[in-house]
Amino acid sequence: MAALYEATTLCVLNVGPGGSDSGISGIEPSADDDQVVVTDSARSVTVYKVSDKKALGSWTVKQGQTVTCPAIYNPQTSEYVVVTDSKVIRVWKDSDINIDRAFKTTVSADVWRVLSVPDSEPLVLFQRGAVRRLDTLLADPQQPVENVLPEEAVIRWSAVLNVEQQPCLMFLSEQKGETLLLMQRRHPDSAARYRLEGGEAPLSCSALPCDGGVRLFCLYSSGSVYESVVPIRGAGGVVEEVQPLPRTLLLNLPVGEGKLESASAVSLDDAHVALVGVPHPSAGPGKDFLCIWNTNFQTLQAAKEMAGRIYGQLWCSCGKLYVPHGKSLSVIPFKCQKSSLAAAMGKLRQAGSNVPASGLYTSVPSWTAATPDMRSTKRTLLRSRDVSFLRLNQFLEDVKIASAEEVQKKVSAFLSNLKNLHVIQVAAGGLASVLVSRCQEQPGFYPHSALVQLVHSQCLSYSVCPHLLTLALEKKDYALCQFCLQVFPDIPEAVACSCLKAFLSESDGTLDTVSLERDSVAFVEGLIANSTQEGGETQQNGFCPTTQVEDGGGGPTHTTPAVLTRSSMPLDMKCPVGLHKAVLLNEILQVAYSDCFLLLHLKTLSAPQVILFLQYLQFLYGKYSQDLHTQVSALRSPAMTQILDWICLLVDAHFTVLVMAPEARELLSHLHKVVRLQVKVFSELGKIEGCLQALQKAKQSGDVCQYSIEVIELF
Amino acid sequence: MGEFTVHRVRFFHYMPSGICAMAFNRRTERLAVARTDGSVELYSRTDHFFQEKVVPGRQQRSIQALCWVGKRLFGAGLSGEIAEFDLDNLRLKFSQDAYGGPIWSIVCNPQGTHLAAGCEDGTVKLFEILEDQIRFERNMGGQKGRIISLAWHSSGTKIAAGMIDMIKVFDLDSGNAVQRLLVERGSRMQQSQECVVWSVLFLSDIIVSGDSAGKVKMWDVNTGTLIKNHQVTEWDVLTLSVSQDETSLFAGTSEGTVVQFQLLDVVLGQEEKEWVRTRTFKNHTHDVIALAEADTVIISGGMDTQLVVRPLLDKLDFKSRDSSLLKILFPQRSLVSCAKKAGLLLFQYPTHLELWRLGDTEGHGPPGCILPVSRNPEKLLHLKIKGEDHVCCSAVAPCGEWIAYSTTSGIRLYRLQRDNKNVSITKVPKLPKVLRHAHQLCFSPDSSHLYGTTSSAVHVVALTSAGCKFEHSLKPKSGSTHPVRLLAVSSDGKFLASANSNSEIHIYNMHKLKAHCTVPVYRSGVSAMGIHPETNNLVIVHADHQIFEFSIEQMQYTDWSRRVQKEGLHHVWLERDTPVINVTFNPQNPNHVILHDSYMFCIIDQSLPLPDRKSQFHNQLTLKSLPEAERLKHSHAFKECKLYQPLLCVDMLENQSLVVVERPLLDITTNLPAPVRQKKFAT
Repeated sequence: MAALYEATTLCVLNVGPGGSDSGISGIEPSADDDQVVVTDSARSVTVYKVSDKKALGSWTVKQGQTVTCPAIYNPQTSEYVVVTDSKVIRVWKDSDINIDRAFKTTVSADVWRVLSVPDSEPLVLFQRGAVRRLDTLLADPQQPVENVLPEEAVIRWSAVLNVEQQPCLMFLSEQKGETLLLMQRRHPDSAARYRLEGGEAPLSCSALPCDGGVRLFCLYSSGSVYESVVPIRGAGGVVEEVQPLPRTLLLNLPVGEGKLESASAVSLDDAHVALVGVPHPSAGPGKDFLCIWNTNFQTLQAAKEMAGRIYGQLWCSCGKLYVPHGKSLSVIPFKCQKSSLAAAMGKLRQAGSNVPASGLYTSVPSWTAATPDMRSTKRTLLRSRDVSFLRLNQFLEDVKIASAEEVQKKVSAFLSNLKNLHVIQVAAGGLASVLVSRCQEQPGFYPHSALVQLVHSQCLSYSVCPHLLTLALEKKDYALCQFCLQVFPDIPEAVACSCLKAFLSESDGTLDTVSLERDSVAFVEGLIANSTQEGGETQQNGFCPTTQVEDGGGGPTHTTPAVLTRSSMPLDMKCPVGLHKAVLLNEILQVAYSDCFLLLHLKTLSAPQVILFLQYLQFLYGKYSQDLHTQVSALRSPAMTQILDWICLLVDAHFTVLVMAPEARELLSHLHKVVRLQVKVFSELGKIEGCLQALQKAKQSGDVCQYSIEVIELF
Repeated sequence: MGEFTVHRVRFFHYMPSGICAMAFNRRTERLAVARTDGSVELYSRTDHFFQEKVVPGRQQRSIQALCWVGKRLFGAGLSGEIAEFDLDNLRLKFSQDAYGGPIWSIVCNPQGTHLAAGCEDGTVKLFEILEDQIRFERNMGGQKGRIISLAWHSSGTKIAAGMIDMIKVFDLDSGNAVQRLLVERGSRMQQSQECVVWSVLFLSDIIVSGDSAGKVKMWDVNTGTLIKNHQVTEWDVLTLSVSQDETSLFAGTSEGTVVQFQLLDVVLGQEEKEWVRTRTFKNHTHDVIALAEADTVIISGGMDTQLVVRPLLDKLDFKSRDSSLLKILFPQRSLVSCAKKAGLLLFQYPTHLELWRLGDTEGHGPPGCILPVSRNPEKLLHLKIKGEDHVCCSAVAPCGEWIAYSTTSGIRLYRLQRDNKNVSITKVPKLPKVLRHAHQLCFSPDSSHLYGTTSSAVHVVALTSAGCKFEHSLKPKSGSTHPVRLLAVSSDGKFLASANSNSEIHIYNMHKLKAHCTVPVYRSGVSAMGIHPETNNLVIVHADHQIFEFSIEQMQYTDWSRRVQKEGLHHVWLERDTPVINVTFNPQNPNHVILHDSYMFCIIDQSLPLPDRKSQFHNQLTLKSLPEAERLKHSHAFKECKLYQPLLCVDMLENQSLVVVERPLLDITTNLPAPVRQKKFAT
């Protein structure tokens, strides 16, 4: 899981004319983890202490000069390096007050960036693609600089990474509608060129080292995040030939209208990407968010709304994200934990062995462990997949206009054709979104079976297509609701609660016409049938069996007969709701939730709804107490603890209402009796425990007597 | 190896007494420990705190303070008398009434010429120490209020006296109190209770006091002002002790903790120093009443009857006996004597003796089972001691017909007659005059003679049905006057070995009634010895756990003994912290030597190879798991059994069944008085 913490404002921005420019050209780490060098796009360089939000030092160049590259800190020499007017390199220390009096030298070509290299001398990247070490350049500033790139080429992005303990410089250059990635390494001396697929230049790039190469993440204006793996060759040598660089779609973000203009992505670790300037999937367009997405699960992990305009700039340094927005530069600490399936889903939906048996879930291997072999399959399938992506876009366009029947046909064809899980995962979300938005726009259009099929493909989750479930509720498509509740791992408490409300307020007559999943229905049928059957037997032979009041299948307890009489514990009460309503309520019971959030939303239930639901829960509890649920086999059934938790939550949320309502009195008194019985049972168990312990002790001390004759053997 | 039937005896209700005073003699490295029953024990610091001598106690005698003057040991208590202990004869040398009521504390001056006693009547009484007595010199002080504690300044000119609510400093030249330091009472409810200064120390420039308000206070000597106040406990600080170089200080509290203070630099490398509370040791359950500091260890004792030796150099890399915590709870001598032929046990309590007949069984069973007892053990005799002195030694004859015991004032011999149900006892009159009091008593194997030792000689008394007759006195050739700790008789009655507290072993030929030889003296005390019934080899175990076997007939160490010394004993054996108390033999198997200490017994099979350094010492479980054919390959001479502990006695009867006398720790702790109440969570 990833989390974003409280944002703090580091400084106020000096927003340029027109407000399109944040006024910051770069943020680089400084002497320690808590300091950053912030370079103004105009004339000044400032060092901030982040935790104190305090400037430690600030240097400004003379009027008329401009800072053309972000200043960096060279930890080897404890000096700051900056380039002014593209050609003048300035080096100064903390103790220097005036930057003009500090060391400066003019080089023979325009400098693009000075890049700090961990544990080594900084590198200077010239605008025409040549690279020099800073110390060798300063030793001979006027040395000739070769041109690697043609004149019309523009460098878009550059970075230095430590790969296999060697610094590796990479930069993107754009020329003639073609984007090239150039990589250079010093030991062994090597250079390579790659052509990025797609042609268009990415909005933002980010790189991470991985074993045997570099992972390059590119965010495009279409909202897609692609990943490319750039191999590092062991042997040196300059490869002049331009090689194609395959890419894989990691995320397809909802963009809304138009294209992204100012957005930025930074990869935080191998599973998380921070994005700024991309709309939040459930908030409307036009709002600006900082989001952390999990690329393995395509789930949104954390989001934070950024007030004011976003400039599409984002830096990450030492566990903190730096985002200029509005009129301030915010620092947001974040945390990314190792991603696991359980963490990504919040809470596991259902404990026990029936999860894999249900067949609704495919077994998901550990994602981080699975990457190496997945990667190999990815490579082999790359070609074919790209073709399919092309077709996918076309397909989405078709779906937007086709009729409901056609849509149904297309979707089933799509799902059967594309056997590749990965592609479906990416595509299904988009497809569902398209369908849902179309449904919202055209009241008459509702492709029920297509949506059911999509949900059944298990590629959807709530966050991928948040409006699907609400749409289903609006359309009173309870079958779809049931599937969604079963399949989606991440249903928010508010939505679960609105489903509950809808189910409770719907009349039994309407619900009984809906066709629901057969297994769940069978389970409830079994419960209801069992109770009537047993009642019949009781009447037949006139024998009143002692009811068991213990929970979860314990042995019979020896409580007083008065407590066990039928009148005090209506365990055989009739099911207060209809068959299908009970099935749907069971699904709600099995939804994962966090009680403090759920409690808030539960308060919105009306008193009759609460009482009905409580009665149903009480009915279930009674059934479970009789051990009947073990006789009725079902793949999915609410657990005893889930029932009890829901009873507690409901009573908590509506306690005053329940106490005041006369019709709830009987119910409450029954529940009270249940609790009292439980307490009694537990106190009796406690006593037994004491007795048993005493017995155990007595047994131990039994052999301690004054005298005994024993036989021992020594070897 | 074999099966043994074990009589597991737990009806010896031995109860150690609490420790009430301690004194450590730095010159001789001896620790004197006084217990509440009036007995005084001497431990040797150099010999792993081996209990060398015990001066038996006496009813009504309570010792509040002990004090070494050179090699002489003085004690004083609430009887109001100052006494010197005769460490050769293990009894009182003299005692002199101080005429000041109960005495709470005595100290001697650094020069060793005078004793000061703090009395109930509020006076400090000075005594001059003479050759064989002490002489009253003068009184100091004399107002109301008892003097609880005393400390002498190293210059010898000032004495600090801890009283109730105050400390007074007396000047010896003038005899007047020159300073009066008021100690404030405790906070809260203790405000109304007076504050007792339980202990004072007079260092070169400060006075340290420990009081009943739980505080350790440092006072300036010159100005009499309070420099520092450490609240150490909620309860009382009962005792204080300081190292010789005055850089480390210990305080014992009622909670059972010992708190260390050290004089440390305030700033590293600068002159200024301050007393800082550094470590807290909690090894006692009850009040720590006495503390003694011996260079690298702190020794503490109190109401829970344990003597705890806590090494201070606990950062040592290697583990050895000197660097590990030592707890002495059980006596290092045997309080049980066993009549092997008759199957009787004689238990020695301080004021009475008990004679028990062991039970019997007819059952047989596999190892590990408890056999049905066909005849229960029976208490034959409960013999109360005449007079106020406590028993110092006792013995029962192997045939079970004679019982003898000795106190410091006399020896009594009884004849026991048993028919089917009745036991009758008659005192044997007219014991020889030379045998007025004995340190050790033992009977010859045929029960025809009684041997008793005084510090100078072994006396032989012949026993007949008519009475007893003095036969001879055997004196060691060396003329040493050290008290005899142990006696051992050969089973043919020919040889008698006696070991004294100076670890000299003399062997006498009892047929010729003359000295036979002496065993070379080893540096460590003799903790147990026994003569082999067949070979007449003397097996000697020392306090440092070295084992020697000396052939009496050839007057030299045996080959086995030489092998042991050459190969060396296993380090696990040498690291054991309680000394071996008894050596006995298996009549069926001449190779077996049975040893025991408080926590195990061990059968040494002399026919097997000794364990080498790398082999596993406790290998019983390993051997048990091996098939029988392979056992011999892995077994070594030491067969240790820890099934029964703590042990007071292990002996072997003639019918090859073992007798173990256990005293469970729980029984001792339940008989202790309740400790001070401590606030525990939720109580």
